[in-house]
Amino acid sequence: MTDHFIQDKTTKVTVNLEGAEQKMDFNDLKSGGFIKQRQKDLFTVRLRCPGGRLSTEKLIEISKIAHKYSKKGVVHFSFRQSLEILYVDYKEFNAIVAELEKIGQKVASCGPRVRVPTACGGCEYNPNGLTDTQKMAEMVDKTFFGTPTPHKFKTSFSGCPIDCARTKEMDLGFQGVVDPKWEEEACTGCTICAEACKEGAIESDPDTGKPIFDPLKCIWCGDCIRACPTEAWRPKRYGHIVRIGGKHGRHPMEAVEVCSFLPDEKVADAIRLTIEWYNANGRRGERIGNTLKRVGLDNYLKFMEPVFQNNQAVKA
Amino acid sequence: MAETKTDATIDLRGVMCPINFVKTKLKLEMMSPGEVLEVILDSGEPIQNVPKSIKEEGHRIVEVKKEGDFFRLKVERS
Repeated sequence: MTDHFIQDKTTKVTVNLEGAEQKMDFNDLKSGGFIKQRQKDLFTVRLRCPGGRLSTEKLIEISKIAHKYSKKGVVHFSFRQSLEILYVDYKEFNAIVAELEKIGQKVASCGPRVRVPTACGGCEYNPNGLTDTQKMAEMVDKTFFGTPTPHKFKTSFSGCPIDCARTKEMDLGFQGVVDPKWEEEACTGCTICAEACKEGAIESDPDTGKPIFDPLKCIWCGDCIRACPTEAWRPKRYGHIVRIGGKHGRHPMEAVEVCSFLPDEKVADAIRLTIEWYNANGRRGERIGNTLKRVGLDNYLKFMEPVFQNNQAVKA
Repeated sequence: MAETKTDATIDLRGVMCPINFVKTKLKLEMMSPGEVLEVILDSGEPIQNVPKSIKEEGHRIVEVKKEGDFFRLKVERS
């Protein structure tokens, strides 16, 4: 992927098309999603696929459009789960956008704004999933996509601590967690939970076989709940670990954990307030991780108190 | 816990994931609802994964016994 986003060059592009004069809507370019290729006049058109999910119906239609407009007949899966149609001539931008619009497919964005959220499969069909990451990604895309920020702003949703959506590398990441609760009456002392726990957070009492739980070792994956034959381990609450300030690229940074059990219904507030803080404190071209370093994490946490309040220890 | 009577036994010691689960599933499918299958599993990965999968298929684990390095599960077919 290149950094040669056309938006920096749009003003220099003259509408000097061979033959008939054609009008180009440069606002379409500025909102991003059109990425200049090495090849003269050819661009990559990045589609907007939150969570990387597409209906097969739409995929068929996209395939037809891609086949018609890609000069080389190829697409590419972007690193953020969206489909990119390669080798599209800029003279055909209006036409391809119109055709995509007709099937309800929007073009993605580049540049300093909230990007399309990524997500794993989540609890809908993945056995490990604890949160409905797809639903959350859809919500974030609808509510925040394209919101201007000092620099790019990437979000992602992982449904469990395996963290396939790499929340530790996001500007703002949400990773599903579950708080397990144990009921002695239902427990038969079978010791399966202690075997199922990969973190060593559960040991079996040598006499009774019943679990001895160490919350400091627990990473809230819910393996004990899923393995328990008698439902003695049950979910007490589900939520998201919130991580901020991560990035990859030339100088990767690991995100810091700022909230431990944020419920679904507070995710939108957390994003809205974080964007507000970032826009108030961030310098142009500065990722939020660097803003946090410069301004201080405490400043951010104070600002976020209304949302994060009762949500446990902060591991900074 | 009272000893549950079993209708069949499958010894999966030395059988890797997920083959051990697949064998359990196939065996259960050959049985009638309510019948009990005894499953012998190694500790480690098999005991971490197979019980979860059995539950997810809707069967009930009615008894678990640890015997040294392996587990003896009794599974009631759903």
